[in-house]
Amino acid sequence: MDLLNAFVVLSNFVLIPAIAYGSQLALGALGVTLIYGILRFSNFAHGDTMAFGTMATILITWWLQSLGVSFGPLPTALLALPFGIAVCVLLILFTDRFVYRFYREQKAKPVIFVIVSLGVMFIMNGLVRFIIGPNDQRFADGERFIISVREFKALTGLKEGLAIKTTQGITVITAVLVVAALFYFLNRTRTGKSMRAYSDNEDLALLSGINPERVVMVTWLIVAALATVAGVLYGLDKSFKPFVYFQLLLPIFAAAIVGGLGNPLGAIAGGFTIAFSEVMITYAWKKVAKYALPESLEPDGLAQLLSTDYKFAVSFVILLIVLLFRPTGLFAGKSV
Amino acid sequence: MSDTMRNTVYFAGIAVLIIGTGLVYSWDNAMFILNFGLVSAIMALGVNLQWGFAGLFNVGIMGFVALGGLATVLVSMPAVPEAWRAGGGGILISLLLGAATVVLAVYAFAKLPKGWVRGLAMTVILIGGFFLYRAMFDPAVGAVEAVNPAIEGYLGGLGLPVIVAWPVGGLFAAGAAWVIGKTALGLRSDYLAIATLGIAEIIVAVLKNEDWLARGVKLVYGIPSATPDPIELQNTPSFVERATGLGIDPVQASTLWVKLIYAGLFTAVLVLLFILAQRALNSPWGRMMRAIRDNEVAAEAMGKDVTARHLQIFILGSAICGMAGAMATTLDGLLAPQSYQPLRWTFLIWVMVIVGGSGNNLGAVLGGFLIWWLWVMVEPLGHYLMVLITAGMADGSALKEHLLDSAAHMRLLTMGLVLLLVLRFSPRGLIPER
Repeated sequence: MDLLNAFVVLSNFVLIPAIAYGSQLALGALGVTLIYGILRFSNFAHGDTMAFGTMATILITWWLQSLGVSFGPLPTALLALPFGIAVCVLLILFTDRFVYRFYREQKAKPVIFVIVSLGVMFIMNGLVRFIIGPNDQRFADGERFIISVREFKALTGLKEGLAIKTTQGITVITAVLVVAALFYFLNRTRTGKSMRAYSDNEDLALLSGINPERVVMVTWLIVAALATVAGVLYGLDKSFKPFVYFQLLLPIFAAAIVGGLGNPLGAIAGGFTIAFSEVMITYAWKKVAKYALPESLEPDGLAQLLSTDYKFAVSFVILLIVLLFRPTGLFAGKSV
Repeated sequence: MSDTMRNTVYFAGIAVLIIGTGLVYSWDNAMFILNFGLVSAIMALGVNLQWGFAGLFNVGIMGFVALGGLATVLVSMPAVPEAWRAGGGGILISLLLGAATVVLAVYAFAKLPKGWVRGLAMTVILIGGFFLYRAMFDPAVGAVEAVNPAIEGYLGGLGLPVIVAWPVGGLFAAGAAWVIGKTALGLRSDYLAIATLGIAEIIVAVLKNEDWLARGVKLVYGIPSATPDPIELQNTPSFVERATGLGIDPVQASTLWVKLIYAGLFTAVLVLLFILAQRALNSPWGRMMRAIRDNEVAAEAMGKDVTARHLQIFILGSAICGMAGAMATTLDGLLAPQSYQPLRWTFLIWVMVIVGGSGNNLGAVLGGFLIWWLWVMVEPLGHYLMVLITAGMADGSALKEHLLDSAAHMRLLTMGLVLLLVLRFSPRGLIPER
């Protein structure tokens, strides 16, 4: 019984939040890794792309809410999501046409692309703050819990409760669907295959008649969609604040690199690695230990390895370890 | 137009901008722009050393700047003897213990044969060391933070003159740069970027959370100034006499005088660093650096140790940023870790270097002043623009209100636009590399 209680506490505070957070990071890292694979640069504007897509979704959600539209127990934001993606796609294609394409034609070095993406980052960040302001926005509505602590306790008779937020459930389900669709697209469709070919060997792909501009456009489409979905899920789960999205850049990059830059499967693995380490290292284990260990071994303090403010340090240390011992990441990525 | 002519025109333009700000707004404002412009120019010099000379992509400038700020506190604030008695020794011992653990783990990694024994030994050392460290560290920190928490609650500093903190800030940054450089240089440029981005966030997180070190988000106020105190000046008859003789209000005169002294000190540092950077650029060492930047493989074939040179210049550039950080904190008179924002302290410096002209020291200085002026002035100018745009709209309309409120966020938009426009139409900057 005690062990069961320990497991419930563990699930409630570590496993479920980490799975949700990991899915969000994985979606973000997929975007970064795709850009790296196809366009061959690290996109610093990714966090702000997420913020922009989320902002568009939030504005449409508010509009829908003002019309009295709702999605039953699910958040209205899910209805707004496709429109949010469309807006984000428009902005991204606009940036590609007027900013990145010029450098592609010049065959500029990757680091120039990175600096250009810094400029795009500034502009997107400014746009978001300009339109919606720098403050916290909550836009989750509908049913709050799939199962709440009280229901769970009544159901099982355990001393500890387990709560699964609707947003956590939605996050995981959406992430699975999106990832499945993405992998189907990359592995089974003609366009997806041409993207992989282009990523593997640009010259050979060009030689076999693949249109590079088309590949790039499709990549941006997918990236905009992934970024918006990741951003909206994160915002539903926590809250939307432009600066936080900018800061997500670090764990997302860490996830992409840990998994192996340019490798979609690695991005997912990396996302979960980072999320689980972050949550586990900053969680106070006292409550779990109380149930799992005999009384004599119970810790006095909170048994928290690091305070939550150091969660960046966790992603960073993992990143460093991987860089030192396996520079291409867990799943061999590119090392251009 | 010759190069000298063009550069003179550029810098005259900067002078006009700053003096114009003084005339239109206030001299206080102009001096603020000038002083932080000097600090920004020094940071831009440091980044230019890394990016312009050696092609290293460092996006962790904020971290080095924050270390400089920390140095100001640790050097210039008076020590808190009570806190030292309460837990100073404990903290020092536990930090040494932590360092010993890492050293031991690295030693074990180097000496033991590869295999599960090594993995096990390292795990035991690291986990055991960590718990030992926490067992020593936590009570000591608790004791220190309990000492007069409203104004102290930290160990304090050495009580030395604040100017000493400037080189010390450089040393701190150099130390951090050595650690990062050792691990991340030699890998691909993207990895260095991410690693520096991460370390900067961590340094700021440490400053925010380790209250025993520099009071965290509770701020350290009243860092001793490098100049005479304005209040004291106002009470000095000779100063008041001179000020009234010039027809300036003594209160205003005293703050302006303080800022002028800072401007003089900062200018001296900037000129010194500029001369050094210029000499380095034109020395055989500078040529070697540019050779490495332009073609690493060829340089390596010529027997140049690329990784060691990269490490060297990475440390030098970071040290300059650390020094500038210490100067900025001295000017502010307080250390506020929450004010360290990457957009302001890292990416803005990048805009300065790119706009000014990467690879050219004069360009970096110009970019530092120009972009800093723009950063400060976009807000009021943006407000005028918005007033102009919304002039035709009905009063009290939601859009008008929103546009007026949002003028403050024009900054980032403008910076991004400037960066992209310069990259597109004048990729080598205002004063290109020769």
